[in-house]
Amino acid sequence: MELARLLPLLLLSAWLLPLGSFAAIVFAGPRMGRGGRKAAYLATGAIGAALVLSLAALGAWLWHHPLAADSQAVAPLSGDWYTLAEFGKLRLAIGYYIDALTLGMFVMVTLISTCIHVYSIGYMREELGEVTDPLVRGSDGGPLVRPGRFPRFFQYLSLFCFSMLGLVVAGNIAMVFVFWELVGICSYLLIGFYIERRSASTAANKAFIVNRVGDFGMIVGIMILLGGLGTFAFGDHLGAEGKVEPGIFSQVRPASAEHGLVVPDGLVRMAAADRLAAVYASMPSADAAEEEIARQIPQLRRAGYGYGLLILAGLGIFCGCVGKSAQFPLHVWLPDAMEGPTPVSALIHAATMVAAGVYLVGRFYPVFAPEVLLVIAVTGCITLFLAATIAIAATDIKRVLAYSTVSQLGYMMFSLGLGGWAAGLFHLFTHACFKALLFLCSGSVIHACHTNEMTEMGGLRKKMPWTAGTMLVGCLAISGAGIPLLIGLSGYHSKDAILAQAFSFARHAPAHAWLFYVAAAGAALTAFYMFRLWFMTFSGKPRVEQVYDHAHESPAVMIVPLVILAVLAISAGWTLPGVDWGLPELLEQARPLGTAEGFPEARTIAGLVVPAEHHSHAPAVHKIVSLAAFAAALAGFLIAAAFYGLRLLSAAAARRWFAPVHWLLVHKWFFDELYDALFVKPALFLARQAAEIDRGVIDWAADGSARLCLRIARIDDWIDRWIVDRFINGLGRWTWRLGLALRPLQSGQLRQYVVMIAVSTVTIFVLISIYRNYAFLP
Amino acid sequence: MPLLNQPVSLSHYLLVGAILFACGIVCMATKRNAIGVLMGVELVLNGAAVNFVAFSAPFLRGDAELALGLDGHLMTLFVIVLAAAEAAVALAIALCYYNTHATIDVDQGDELRG
Repeated sequence: MELARLLPLLLLSAWLLPLGSFAAIVFAGPRMGRGGRKAAYLATGAIGAALVLSLAALGAWLWHHPLAADSQAVAPLSGDWYTLAEFGKLRLAIGYYIDALTLGMFVMVTLISTCIHVYSIGYMREELGEVTDPLVRGSDGGPLVRPGRFPRFFQYLSLFCFSMLGLVVAGNIAMVFVFWELVGICSYLLIGFYIERRSASTAANKAFIVNRVGDFGMIVGIMILLGGLGTFAFGDHLGAEGKVEPGIFSQVRPASAEHGLVVPDGLVRMAAADRLAAVYASMPSADAAEEEIARQIPQLRRAGYGYGLLILAGLGIFCGCVGKSAQFPLHVWLPDAMEGPTPVSALIHAATMVAAGVYLVGRFYPVFAPEVLLVIAVTGCITLFLAATIAIAATDIKRVLAYSTVSQLGYMMFSLGLGGWAAGLFHLFTHACFKALLFLCSGSVIHACHTNEMTEMGGLRKKMPWTAGTMLVGCLAISGAGIPLLIGLSGYHSKDAILAQAFSFARHAPAHAWLFYVAAAGAALTAFYMFRLWFMTFSGKPRVEQVYDHAHESPAVMIVPLVILAVLAISAGWTLPGVDWGLPELLEQARPLGTAEGFPEARTIAGLVVPAEHHSHAPAVHKIVSLAAFAAALAGFLIAAAFYGLRLLSAAAARRWFAPVHWLLVHKWFFDELYDALFVKPALFLARQAAEIDRGVIDWAADGSARLCLRIARIDDWIDRWIVDRFINGLGRWTWRLGLALRPLQSGQLRQYVVMIAVSTVTIFVLISIYRNYAFLP
Repeated sequence: MPLLNQPVSLSHYLLVGAILFACGIVCMATKRNAIGVLMGVELVLNGAAVNFVAFSAPFLRGDAELALGLDGHLMTLFVIVLAAAEAAVALAIALCYYNTHATIDVDQGDELRG
């Protein structure tokens, strides 16, 4: 079968398999074996099959487009599986847009998810029977006892995978948005999995609401694109009359302009609506006006019309990504998302949810103007530094990892913003491997220790050798360990690529050179907090004997995914010598047309240059950056080792010396407090006022009318009782008395009756005669 | 006594009817025997029947040449038939009454008095 038909088919099946498993578990979950045990096998099987299909799709792709050191961009496959509705030019469709990035994401998402599914079978075992939750008080005052929710967990996992795959394969922005929201709701459901815990439900709400803030911007961006371009689709679409209808990407970067960024006609028209309306008014006919407008559009474009809208659209889309990928200033939800079960954290942090934001920035890369890219880079830079500093002071093992995720996502955004498209997405892939590994390791530790606090751990290396070893691999990978200029773990390659791009950017745009230094400092911080975590958890002497005694190595079903992920964390960044097979080469195939050369200049910001990514591969740049990054990471490692590993320096003393800084970091730069004061409190205040109005005015009116009704009813009652009833009763009593009075007349004496009849008749006759004056009376 | 001086006219008939009626009423009012009461009823009925016949006489009617002049007679026949039927029923009642009270004194039958 030819590729254009085979790939959509394979990906469609891979995409819909988790949905099928979700539906099956929804309807038959609790009946699948004892406690729903078989639901796990179903979900794992579905995602495993999806992995196989994705690998097949990737294989087919590589068969047709083999990788090479100088891979060229390959035209993506785009089309629709199913058209939902068509309104004139606007099409709502379930479509696909398949390139090497899509395929890479598919393999990555399904691979990580499969590992997490397998791991969850072991981790969530307690949910099979009745669960006693010591953190929640039940109605009887003791710890809450509730039925297990084993199938429900896997049901959500399946839906999560389905949503993420849908988002990745989506061929138009409307479909992206749908799955974007689905991913959001899945994370909401999973973060709030222990719904009885107040902290969990609050964290779920926080994640959902913070994401809504980002989505608001995203909707603005989508509306601008729809209003200006009249289409949702990414790729070109063959219209009904055989005419090619350009998609978003080819409108923004038309082939006629050699795929350079051009403000599309639609946006120019939108921005210059007033002037064009004047043209319409002055022209005799609509056709003539259209002609005149078509003549004027290039001038208007040169005058800058529509460029602002393009920037705004880019910023809007990025705003959605800020929410989803937990970038500053919307990063606050991700650390709280730790309330979910640990495999969920791994899934959210590695394969789904936060990856979605970075992926979308990568996908929408052709639409971003240099100004937008600068905003992305600065946002990423602030995020990576901020989160790294907070991670230094955190003591909750998952919280450290959460902030490290935020920091690494910052690196990705940073790289994308600096023009390092392939580098940023490369880091997305490698990060997925080692962050999933790190989280699953931390889950293994928590499973063994029943605590999240690193201050209660220590010395676990001997009890949990596998976990300690794989976690060490993860720490090395995220710190970017390697032999400089030669080879390293996956993080070494991707982080080097990012820093190289930052360095190249700093050379081309010296005004923004600070970005590179911050990123390099971030690399040192990364190594420091990761090894702080490892040393505190696994080395040294146990801090709390009770926890140490209780600890044990996790079962094989949890260890095997760790080993697989560890292997990936080591090797994901490698490019096989000789055949040039590697992720960077794969990503080069997906590079959006026209973005390879960067931007020589920006329209509104003087001196802003986005350099081409291949400049960063130059040996001169590479050598400096590689050594600098290695030095930074080594410095971080040595400091961590000095404080926590070898205990040459006292962490407590350092805390005292830098007390104000530590205070600031422990409180996470007071973002939660700030948002609480800025948004939550006013919102609650407004809500209270509304409640007051409800109580004071509306309730008062309602109660008042009820009271009025009551009063009227009382009066009515009085009238009934004292007038109507008395009249009726009186009548009855009167009739009764009359009857009594007439009783003696009914004597039973026949003869008396006869006399009465006779006398009465005569009397009546006499009376009538008197009144009618009959003549026979005298 | 002017009536006795005059030829027989309607008034005489009516007088006879009235006397019969009055006798019947008096009979009903005075007799304690149920049969006696029945007899009084017969007298009252016959008094009424005499009146019907008297009023139906052709020479007393203004429309004698138009009407057949038999309506009074017909009513009288009805009254006679009715009286016969009534007598049958009433005698049956009297028998029943005797069965239950061992007498036919109507004054004893005052169970339904008020």
